[in-house]
Amino acid sequence: MTPTHTTISRLRGNSGLRRVTGLNLAFGLNIVSGLWRCLPVMAALLACFALVSPAQADVSPERARTLLQALATDDFDAKADAAQAIAASDAAQKTRWLDALLDGRLGRERRGERFYIITDDSGREWPIIDAITFEDAGTGSRRSVDAFRINNDLRTQLQGLIASLSLGAGDEATRLDAAKRLIGEVDAQSVDAVATQLDNEESPAVRAEIETALALYRVEQGQGEALATLQGNLDTRVRNSLTTIANSDAPIAADAERVLAGIENKRAWYERGQTLFFGLSAGSVLVLAAIGLAITFGVMGVINMAHGELIMLGAYTTWMIQQLLPGQPGLALLLAIPGGFLVAGAFGILIERSVIRFLKGRPLETLLATFGISLILQQLVRTVFSPLNRRVNSPDWLQGAWHLNEALSLTLNRLGVLIFCLVVFAALWALMRYTRLGLEVRAVTQNRAMARSMGVRAARVDMLTFGLGAGVAGLAGVALSQITNVGPNLGQSYIVDSFLVVVFGGVGNLWGTLVAGMSLGVINQVLQPWVGAVLAKVIVLIGVILFIQKRPQGLFAPKGRTS
Amino acid sequence: MNKISTTTALLLSMGIALPAAAQEDDTIRVGILHSLSGTMAISESTLKDEMLMLIEEQNEKGGLLGKKLEPVVMDPASDWSLYAEQARDMLTGDDKVDVIFGNWTSASRKAVLPVVEEENGLLFYPVQYEGEESSENIFYTGAAPNQQAIPAVDYLRSQGVERWALLGTDYVYPRTTNKILEAYLKDHGVADDDIMVNYTPFGFSNWQSIVSDVADFGSQGKKTAVVSTINGDANVPFYTELSNQGISASDIPVVAFSVGEQELSGIDTGPLVGHMAAWNYFMSVDSDANYDFIDNWVEYTGDETAVTNDPMEAHYIGFNMWLEAVREAGTADVDAVKDSIIGVTVPNLSGGSSAMMPNHHITKPVMIGEIQDDGQFSVVWETSGNVAGDAWSDYLPESQNLISDWRAPLRCGKLNVDTMTCEDGAGAE
Repeated sequence: MTPTHTTISRLRGNSGLRRVTGLNLAFGLNIVSGLWRCLPVMAALLACFALVSPAQADVSPERARTLLQALATDDFDAKADAAQAIAASDAAQKTRWLDALLDGRLGRERRGERFYIITDDSGREWPIIDAITFEDAGTGSRRSVDAFRINNDLRTQLQGLIASLSLGAGDEATRLDAAKRLIGEVDAQSVDAVATQLDNEESPAVRAEIETALALYRVEQGQGEALATLQGNLDTRVRNSLTTIANSDAPIAADAERVLAGIENKRAWYERGQTLFFGLSAGSVLVLAAIGLAITFGVMGVINMAHGELIMLGAYTTWMIQQLLPGQPGLALLLAIPGGFLVAGAFGILIERSVIRFLKGRPLETLLATFGISLILQQLVRTVFSPLNRRVNSPDWLQGAWHLNEALSLTLNRLGVLIFCLVVFAALWALMRYTRLGLEVRAVTQNRAMARSMGVRAARVDMLTFGLGAGVAGLAGVALSQITNVGPNLGQSYIVDSFLVVVFGGVGNLWGTLVAGMSLGVINQVLQPWVGAVLAKVIVLIGVILFIQKRPQGLFAPKGRTS
Repeated sequence: MNKISTTTALLLSMGIALPAAAQEDDTIRVGILHSLSGTMAISESTLKDEMLMLIEEQNEKGGLLGKKLEPVVMDPASDWSLYAEQARDMLTGDDKVDVIFGNWTSASRKAVLPVVEEENGLLFYPVQYEGEESSENIFYTGAAPNQQAIPAVDYLRSQGVERWALLGTDYVYPRTTNKILEAYLKDHGVADDDIMVNYTPFGFSNWQSIVSDVADFGSQGKKTAVVSTINGDANVPFYTELSNQGISASDIPVVAFSVGEQELSGIDTGPLVGHMAAWNYFMSVDSDANYDFIDNWVEYTGDETAVTNDPMEAHYIGFNMWLEAVREAGTADVDAVKDSIIGVTVPNLSGGSSAMMPNHHITKPVMIGEIQDDGQFSVVWETSGNVAGDAWSDYLPESQNLISDWRAPLRCGKLNVDTMTCEDGAGAE
């Protein structure tokens, strides 16, 4: 072990055994052996044994059983001690035991003495193996195997123990993690050790964290000059400590307050940046949901109440493709993009051919008919797939967040939807602008009779336009499957918002939809922290109504005259 | 779902109730009033299937008082006023039902309440609710706030939580529950600054700024927990946002009152491991009664992955209590059953037994479960015994003096124990 690691473990050596946190992950064994006196006698003996014979060997089945038996208690503290004892023992199986315990797959025979590891707990009959010999033990179920339970605290401790067993010398990421945890934890006993550690540390990132930790300690001791290091630090622990100091009557209170003001100012800027991102991502969802409608309603003038259900079909397509490609959520999601487009588009064409074309020029009847279609589609999905929500998995690259710094991080699924929205918009715009279909659609929209007399097959154009709008709704469904429920009610939540966006943006204008969706998203997110989500929605709605009163054509009026 | 119930669902979706069989005296009719279409179908349709299963099982055992039980299923289509209409249909006419099992949302219960009182029906309501209500004709087999929310908060306090974010959907249940919790927390010395309350609309999905507010709220150096009364569909985006923003159960644990096994079946629970829910029953509860129930349920639905949840246990208890009460009374007559059911004790699914209290609430254990990566909960804490449901919360100033007791001769749903006056119920006159 390098000096760095010994230092940290010494630092934390006086913390309670029950608190094996991530910091001492890599050093759990040191602590365990250092704190052996806290353990019950049995475990202490085992821990000592571990010291004299660190090599792992097969322990006798009786010993193994004793170790496991200690886990069979309802007291989580006792369970933690038992897990410590296992980690400190020389049983060859210990990593596997702890892993299984962490996953809730280590258990005991209900009416017997054997211990099992459940190798797959997905079904109701589990394949199990003997925990001590790892021999196949047939199958078990919850009736026959009592899996050991763990709670949050124990889970954290187990993760520490397992890391300590599997990690050798810590790499940079481990050291960085450990250094981050130092902030606010440095005390009079450990300060020199941390300083030494700083001298030995080469990585600039780790150094920065240790410097912050040291500076915070020195500031807490009243050394005003250390404040300079903390200038602009975004860590919440630094902020919390400085707030306490600034509110005290320490001599450096005024200086601390100045630094704190700087920090708060910087945070405020990042928070504005974050609100803008939240707004844009909420807006991109609105744009995606509305843009298909901008085509069917905006361009064709069809009030399609089943638009939301076409979105839902896109989302269900994503789920179906994921079912066909288990274990490959990323590939399935990419395939779902054309898949969702085609399925929803096909349904769109079906609706257009079977209902809407017979109701041309009768908006009220179209509205009622498509509303009926939306109910039929919802109930169809309930009957075919059950009314329960379906789980669509996110690929790894859409999970988690992109951490720019302590105050600003962008969640990847939202970022993905935002980018997807812009790509779909660009593609759609190019299609309307540069392709023959786009030209024909615009021609039919502007003057149907004229377009027909020029040889444009208006009926075919209607069908394709509606199919296109429906297909884009399907794309929205694919994107929504990554951020919300996939269930029969998915579409209902978006239909009103979609109409709102299209009307606000200006009927018949794709740019209007983009600008309207994004601005409604941002306005909503800006209002939300002040007035709450419910009122924010109300205010936006009232705002749009007032706006439409003033400017009935919406943000972007279509150029020229539409028929 | 098996073929039969699919067909049934289809028929019902078109607004057709199962035709009542020919009028004969050898049947006892059991009304099932759960939405099979619309937003609430996600939660309620399973309860309809469960009731059909329980009735079928009972008929196989020879029925009740020598008569067959006959289910009467209606679909109120998640429309609150339709609940009231269909309840009236069930309770009037020649083919009136003897008991109704149904409802989920508080709004639908409030709609049905005047109808069952007017037509003198029996309603078993299986869902946890906000309390502050007691009806002579309704039996509340779900949890009252003191059987779910208060013990959950006690557990978190024992885990060192000092700051509280109360997040809920904007309707009566979360608002009342949070009002009770706020009063309770303040009674226990929690400062105003350490409580954050936030309400969102039904089906809300834009959780980004709220979750980031919560993260900020939780970064002030005190252990923070979220108490969630977020309802149904809004939960999936909420939990997804939590895990994407990197908030794990060890940072800020979330304890939910409306998230059960069924809701989790639509979420990837990997990132949620360790977040909690408070219920009176979990599918993972270790008891033979529970394993038998699960086996029957899986067999009935024909779905290996079918899950059970707390409202299902509530119907199980409620149905058995009603059977027992009818046997005791020797008749399915509403007034007789109303009297005989008080004090009836039946086994519940967690290995103990539950009793019907004079306030029409039942006794149940309270459990805290942590979410596991297989979509199940692991019970980490449990009350040492049963907790009796309290109709009127002791923590709200306007209801702390109120009790409810429907036994003769008192028969009062809202008795002020200070003035000993009855504000509501038969004893009010």
